[in-house]
Amino acid sequence: MEKLEKIMQDTAKHFLQEQKVDLIIGYKQGTIPLRTTPCFVTKPEDISQLVWNVCCDHDLTNFLLQPEYKDKKVGIIVKGCDARALVVCMAEGQIERKMVTIIGMPCPGMIDRKRIESELEPKEILVAEITEDQIHLKGKDFEQTLQKDDYIQASCKSCRYNNPPVCDVLIGGQPIELSFNDDLDEKLAELEAKSPDERWTYFTTLLSDCIRCYACRNACPLCYCKECFVDQTQPQWVGKTTNISDIMFYHMIRAFHVAGRCVECGACTRACPMNIDLRLITRKLQNIVKDRYGFEAGLDPNVPPPMGTHTMEDPQEFITEPE
Amino acid sequence: MTVAEEKSQIKEEKSWEPKILAFLCNWCSYAGADLAGISRLQYPPNIRVVRVPCSGRVNPFYLIKALQAGWDGVLVSGCHPGDCHYLSGNLVARRRFAILKDIVEFMGISPGRLNFSWVSAAEGEKFSKVVKEVVEKVKKLGPIRKMVKE
Ligand code: SF4
Ligand code: SF4
Ligand code: FES
Repeated sequence: MEKLEKIMQDTAKHFLQEQKVDLIIGYKQGTIPLRTTPCFVTKPEDISQLVWNVCCDHDLTNFLLQPEYKDKKVGIIVKGCDARALVVCMAEGQIERKMVTIIGMPCPGMIDRKRIESELEPKEILVAEITEDQIHLKGKDFEQTLQKDDYIQASCKSCRYNNPPVCDVLIGGQPIELSFNDDLDEKLAELEAKSPDERWTYFTTLLSDCIRCYACRNACPLCYCKECFVDQTQPQWVGKTTNISDIMFYHMIRAFHVAGRCVECGACTRACPMNIDLRLITRKLQNIVKDRYGFEAGLDPNVPPPMGTHTMEDPQEFITEPE
Repeated sequence: MTVAEEKSQIKEEKSWEPKILAFLCNWCSYAGADLAGISRLQYPPNIRVVRVPCSGRVNPFYLIKALQAGWDGVLVSGCHPGDCHYLSGNLVARRRFAILKDIVEFMGISPGRLNFSWVSAAEGEKFSKVVKEVVEKVKKLGPIRKMVKE
């Protein structure tokens, strides 16, 4: 990864020097270990701030939706999921393809900082060093080495596009193949085989912890509406309580609003303070649009999103047709 | 629950009739329902009609909110594909409903609660049949409990 970091820096520097871009949005080391923070580089000499490691989990595409970056030529560092989110925004006319230089990183999977921290509790990590497959942690009276692969984020384990499907340059030129054990599809099949009542019990149990903080919506790179349905009060469609009916209402509509757009980046699951795993819902969404319309989000900026288009021949087996 | 209350509830359940909220497009299904009435075709009295300008006007909020408010089932009926007064409102709606239904049923609402159909202004008989079928389906499912907000 260090090698890739160097190539990434050189590439970004080159783009700045050639004035192909006005600014690079990437990651830099955060103030606490195992954390990175967004970084904006405008001068070639500052390029060494940019880092690339397994803590670069957040999605930077959101910045491109901000008015201050709308008419700038931006170079942006993206993983597979970020690239797909960017493509969805482009397909929806939110970001102009020609304004963005996509610097793609083949992603090896990001690590789950929350889990490492909670396992070490109450010890505090002061220094972290990450090598090819290990994480060395140092604190006040401890020192510990973890195997990186044991701490990969759940959403990265079930990732299907870790290499950016669309980019201007793929750093290193070599896609990475992931080989994590992941049982999301089996879990989904199991759940689908159950009765509606059992599924209802599953989801009401899973979501009963939801405190309606909307972190899942805020973290989503595709929830860019200026006014979200949950904030509307006139009329107010969704109750604001944590009554299970309101919670289910929220999650049904949230799922509906990201159907055909969700790129399974896992940001919603990662952001949830109650550790609610939303991945079965997001995987289901992928399957629904794939089965119905043969569509996968975030692969081509020129293909309109499935909810923004239609054909005369769309499947309609669900329509009531009495004999 | 006291014995008396329990008894009255059992009685209530025996005489229970589903309540179904129907969103009918002004240009076709609403007229179809009218025709069914004028033609004196029988259909179960379980539906309450909301007239909408087009099936594409029906926001998924309405449907989930209806379940939340205790309606046992919902029906949306619009013009046949190709016949929408606004050309493609029902085609947009078709994708919307397909996906909404998939999600809602995945999360545990029984198939049969959300229903969709195409009924033209000339299909009074079809309208009565659709309503019969939907009422039958919802009757089998029993009163809605899952989404109802207590
Ligand atoms: S719904 Fe979740 S997984 Fe899907 S794009 Fe939004 S944050 Fe990512
Ligand atoms: S982030 Fe978690 S707790 Fe907050 S609204 Fe989403 S699911 Fe609920
Ligand atoms: S006008 Fe009837 S469905 Fe659009």
